[in-house]
Parts: sequence; structure tokens; C-alpha cells
Amino acid sequence: MTADLERLLRDVGPVDANAAQERFVRRAVDDGLADVAYAPVDSPVGELMAAVTRRGLVRLAYEDGRGDAVLSDLAARVSPRVIEAPARLDDVRRQLDEYFAGRRHAFDLAIDWELTHGFTRRVLQSTARIPFGELGTYRSVATGAGNAAAVRAAGNALGANPMPIVVPCHRIVRTGGALGGYTGGVQRKEFLLTLEGTLPR
Amino acid sequence: MSLPPFQTVLEEHREDVLRFLTASIGRQEADDVFQETFLAALRAYPRLKRADNLRGWLLKIASRKAIDAHRARKRAPVPAEHVDPGAAPPASSALPDEPLWEAVRALPDRQRTAVVLRFTFDLAYRELGDVMDSSEEAARRNVFEGLKKLREEYR
Repeated sequence: MTADLERLLRDVGPVDANAAQERFVRRAVDDGLADVAYAPVDSPVGELMAAVTRRGLVRLAYEDGRGDAVLSDLAARVSPRVIEAPARLDDVRRQLDEYFAGRRHAFDLAIDWELTHGFTRRVLQSTARIPFGELGTYRSVATGAGNAAAVRAAGNALGANPMPIVVPCHRIVRTGGALGGYTGGVQRKEFLLTLEGTLPR
Repeated sequence: MSLPPFQTVLEEHREDVLRFLTASIGRQEADDVFQETFLAALRAYPRLKRADNLRGWLLKIASRKAIDAHRARKRAPVPAEHVDPGAAPPASSALPDEPLWEAVRALPDRQRTAVVLRFTFDLAYRELGDVMDSSEEAARRNVFEGLKKLREEYR
């Protein structure tokens, strides 16, 4: 009997953890507990991972199999309360879709600059002011960040851009027109500049 | 030390937490207490000092929430006119062996928690003691007493 009882106690039958999780995520978002809400976003340049805080977009990453690393980094540097909540990313997703469809030239998104500091932040903020259809140079954004001589440091700052596409580091090319590098690989830079009609020839 | 993203913790342990709660309080209430458990966990998460036994930490929260739910139910029993003693529980909410689980749920709080953790989860007595904030010895006693009562009441 005891063995039988112990066997019966093992079996609670199937449970629907998916439904329970979905309700929990809604509650967590409603209660303001999702410090970092993220979701994957499809795009013509591959899957992106987008994350927002209460202040705005904090990260947009080329997934490239690095999704887990991106989330761990957010947990360590922003808050461990990282929750997958696609509904919180609806606006980001819609604006990106419009951009890739050629219907949007400027993003209207609040930005959370928390992952950037000092000179890097200033370089990226200077980059964010370059409009669709124009290009900047490493020298021009270094100047915009207050240090015209720090061209190489400006390149490093752009390489550390936590929000490519939305902060358009792809619009920065070398003085003289050579393309220069890109966070997500130069092919993506070419794709984005072709989309914007500014690919140097 | 850095904590993993909460989403990882949720996905890794949601099934265990829901099974534990289903065993402890039944399918119908388990979903609500699942919400309470993970919301409490999410609130406390950034202050957590260690991440080496997240399952134990979650089961501890879940067992407290399950006990709260039991007490709330005792304070607000179903009105007598709504109770139909002959009615079988709805098929969707019934566990494989409903009379047994009813007997489990009728156990005193600590015995019920101990029995479920021991048999539904195969927790070692030491881990069981950690989850229940008791000694290994006390955990063993709670399992023994609970099982004895189940054997008497469930035939």
C-alpha cells in the first residue's frame, strides 16, 4: 500500500504552464515589475532583439545566436527583472517595420541611454542627430562629441552602439567615402545605406 | 555575483512550481497562486544573494503562498447551499486520483507541504528542510506523520 501510495503521489497529471506564464507576464507588466521588457523582432537584416525600460528603448541587438548573452548583459547592467513581454515592444516593432518598408525616415522613440557613458554616449547622441538620407564621418561625430582629435575613439564608441539602426551608426563612413566597419557586419551597413539611398560608390 | 535574467528562471521552473501548487491546493486555485508566487519572486529577485538554488527558493515562496491560500479558504468557506456532496469535481480540474489529493489537501500545512515535496518532487530530506525552514529531522517527521494519516484516511 505504501509503495502504491507513493507512486500515486508522483502523478499530478499534465499542467498548462504556458497559460500560467502568459497571465503572470501580463500581471508583471501591469504592476510595473518588468524593469526590462524584451521581444524578438523580425527584420530584413535578420532577427533583432529589442528591449525597453520604463524610460525607453535600451537595447536593439542583431540576434545572430547571441540572444542569451544579450539578456544576461541586460540583467547584469540594467536589472535582473528581465521579462519577455512582446506587447511592450509593439511600438518599437511597428516603427522598425515602417522603416524597413521605406515608409518611415525618423524614429519617434524614447531612448534610455543607460548602457552608454561619457564620450561614447556623446558620440552616439551626436550620431542620433544625423537624419535619414545624410552621412556623417568618424571625424564629424568626434567633433560633435566635443573632441575632434578622438577619431579612433569615436569608431570604438560606434562599435559599442547598444541601439544600432535606431541610433544610426550605419550613417557614419570614413572621410573620403570608404564604408568603414559596422557592429552587425558591413553587409548590413550596405543594406541600410542602400535602403536610405546613400550608399557611397 | 550576477543573477540570470528572470525570464530564464521563470521558464526553467514554471512547470515545477505549477505542479507543486496543483498538488497542494488543486488545479482551480493553482493558477492564481502561481501568479502570486512569481510576482513575489520577481519583487524580491534583485535582492537575492545567491542563485545556486533557485528552485528551492521558488518552492519556498510557493509553499508559503499555498499555505496562505489554504488559510484564506478556511476563513471564507464555500456557502453551504452551494456544496453538493455528491458532485464529482469537473473533469478538467480533477487530478488523476482526486480522492487521494483531497486527503493530501486535508493534511495539516507542514505535513502536506512535506509530503508533496518529498514524493511529488523527490526532494531529499535535507533540501526539504531548507525549503521548509526546518531541520532535516523535522522534515522527516512531517513526511512520516503525513503519510501515516494518508494511509489511514485513503483506502
